[in-house]
Amino acid sequence: MKLRTFFGGVHPAPAKERTKNSPIATAPLPSRVVIPLAQGGAPCKPLVQVGDEVLAGQKIGDSEAFVSAPVHASVSGRVAAIESVPCPTGKNAVAVIIDSDGQDKWMDTSGSSLADLTATDIKDLIREAGLVGMGGAMFPTHVKVSPPSGKSFEAVIINGAECEPYLTCDYRLMVEEPEEIIFGLRAWLKVTGAQTGYIGIEDNKPEAVASLTAAAAGEKNIRVIPVATKYPQGSEKQLIAAILGREVPSDGLPVDAGALVQNIGTTYALAQAIKLGKPLVERVVTVTGTPLKKSCNLKVRVGTLFSDLLSYCQVSSAVGQLISGGPLMGIAQSVPEVPVLKGTSGILVLTPEEAEVPPERACIRCGRCVDACPIRLVPTLLDQYCRLDMWEQAEKWHVADCIECGCCAYVCPSKRHLVAALRLGKAEVLARRRQRK
Amino acid sequence: MANKDILSGEGKLLVSSSPHIRAQETVDWLMWQVVIALLPAVIVSIYFFGFRSFYLILLGTLAAVITEAAIEKAMGKDITIKDGSAVVTGLLLAFNLPATAPWWLVIIGSVFAIAVVKQTFGGLGYNFINPALTARAFLLAAWPQYVAGNFPLPLDTVTGATPLAVLKGTAAGTLPTYGDLFWGNVGGVLGETSAVALLAGGLYLIYLEVIDWRTPLSFICTVAAFTWVFGGSGGLFTGDPLFHVLAGGLILGAFFMATDYVTSPVTPLGRVVFGVGCGLITVLIRLWGDYPEGVSYSILLMNLLVPFIERWTAPRVYGMQPMQG
Repeated sequence: MKLRTFFGGVHPAPAKERTKNSPIATAPLPSRVVIPLAQGGAPCKPLVQVGDEVLAGQKIGDSEAFVSAPVHASVSGRVAAIESVPCPTGKNAVAVIIDSDGQDKWMDTSGSSLADLTATDIKDLIREAGLVGMGGAMFPTHVKVSPPSGKSFEAVIINGAECEPYLTCDYRLMVEEPEEIIFGLRAWLKVTGAQTGYIGIEDNKPEAVASLTAAAAGEKNIRVIPVATKYPQGSEKQLIAAILGREVPSDGLPVDAGALVQNIGTTYALAQAIKLGKPLVERVVTVTGTPLKKSCNLKVRVGTLFSDLLSYCQVSSAVGQLISGGPLMGIAQSVPEVPVLKGTSGILVLTPEEAEVPPERACIRCGRCVDACPIRLVPTLLDQYCRLDMWEQAEKWHVADCIECGCCAYVCPSKRHLVAALRLGKAEVLARRRQRK
Repeated sequence: MANKDILSGEGKLLVSSSPHIRAQETVDWLMWQVVIALLPAVIVSIYFFGFRSFYLILLGTLAAVITEAAIEKAMGKDITIKDGSAVVTGLLLAFNLPATAPWWLVIIGSVFAIAVVKQTFGGLGYNFINPALTARAFLLAAWPQYVAGNFPLPLDTVTGATPLAVLKGTAAGTLPTYGDLFWGNVGGVLGETSAVALLAGGLYLIYLEVIDWRTPLSFICTVAAFTWVFGGSGGLFTGDPLFHVLAGGLILGAFFMATDYVTSPVTPLGRVVFGVGCGLITVLIRLWGDYPEGVSYSILLMNLLVPFIERWTAPRVYGMQPMQG
């Protein structure tokens, strides 16, 4: 059977063996958490002051803005500081720093039954729980499930592709918590009014396909669909193309293709929020890499420092690079004292040899980037335009449609920094568009 | 804590743009694959045309490599001769000359290809036309008596005409059999005669995905189609497409020179357009031009159109309407 997939893409070594069979373990309670106030949309205003005692699950930041999600304390303890700290996004941001009292005392929470909730109830619950896209983008979920007027969702697609090498956090959730995922999907269907729920899983994860298929037995409108193992299968646009055979318009949103795509982690968090009334204060993170003695999948409190998790996993040889996320789209960190965010799916440690950036050579125009680009751009031409500040040309050749997946730079035999150049061009072109308006 | 020492004690975390992993393939690997793919033709050439063939090929290659190194040294640039691209140019230049060519002609050709066509524009990746073919065109203009005209016949000491010249009637001789054309037992330049050796190399490159199948396929199919329709003396559809495909430099050109990365389009559709264009020009020259052979000029002319072809054949961007792209 020919598997559904999308145009272009690459086949990097999966590198998932290290953590694939490690069941989700709970990381030790951190002594201190650092919780940035901007985790999805507009930055929140702090609701606590230095010296306040807080409980786990207590809301500590919120915003009036629609496109913003509140943040919650992930441990009980005392607010030690509210200050600007380095974040894994590469920027500094204001964070609430909480010293844990070691008690892990929680706010009183109560769950509800999905049958009793209306779509609006669920939407409110999503916002109050601080749900954001946990695949990395951290877009506020209550906004994502609210289509612009006149548009509606036909299908909800759960993104179980997990196409980034090394990462296995979604995989473990699919294998260990299939009922929760199906419950979450039913909630997505209810909140959006969509007819059909799909779960797209790369075919190199047969255990996940089997466990979710079993859990979905009896659900008439839920379908588990194996898709080809190819990066970036888990990119929103590519998954929609693979599952529905439709494209998201260049200037549109997934809802224009009738689709809502949700991450496995977010779906699990929604199930927890409904069943237990639990806000998003912990997530599964894959901590992995050759220099680590114990690569594993950990249930981690949001705000836990990378350095604490690395201590737990025992760094046993030299580290060249520390990455938040996967190796294709992750962000390299300059210091290990950065917090796990709601969107942190992985902490990847590379050896100095693995991290080495090969010397860049002139483009030989082999066209591999053109064949690999899942958006069907011509990266080699855009690379030149962006480096020569030829912004009109870059815009004409659609640099703004680049999803920064990294396929072009991955396949480039000249090892050119294509993503870096295109990212720069995209930012410039988008800024110019805003100016024109 | 040991952890701290390793991570921040020395402050050596590398910050670089994503992606943080790269495929194994390098420019060097790609170019050396082309060299490997040309070796069967080198061996067949030595078999049919003797030791002098080996001598000229070696001379052409060495001259190309030394010229590249000398220019890069003089310009204070990195020496890139180990990437294999100069070797490919030297090999192809020698492949485009007959076994009777004087030794200095090969050297002048290689020096011209590297110094004028390639390095003047900045080296690998920057030249806009194929260096080996441009050098051949230059030699043909300057010393036509050595480049075209009489060709040594294989396994023989007498000289004769190429199959295409015989076919065209510009030279006397008997037409070879398909078998001779297939194995390379015909007159011609060093590297073009053996269809089987070139096909083996070309298919090897396609199998490894070093080259795209689109260009050679569209090039060869176009030549076959048009020579069949217009190439016969008995009216339309009486031509001999198989003869036209096997004779002359079509297979060498289609697999090894029209696929030159630097001077051919990067878009998939562009490669088809490029191949069809090469085929059309080849047929025009072969059937109605003064020269018996048109492969090398067809590729050079199409090289010049590459920027336009790319503009016309940009792929339809995801989420764009077909006509907007």
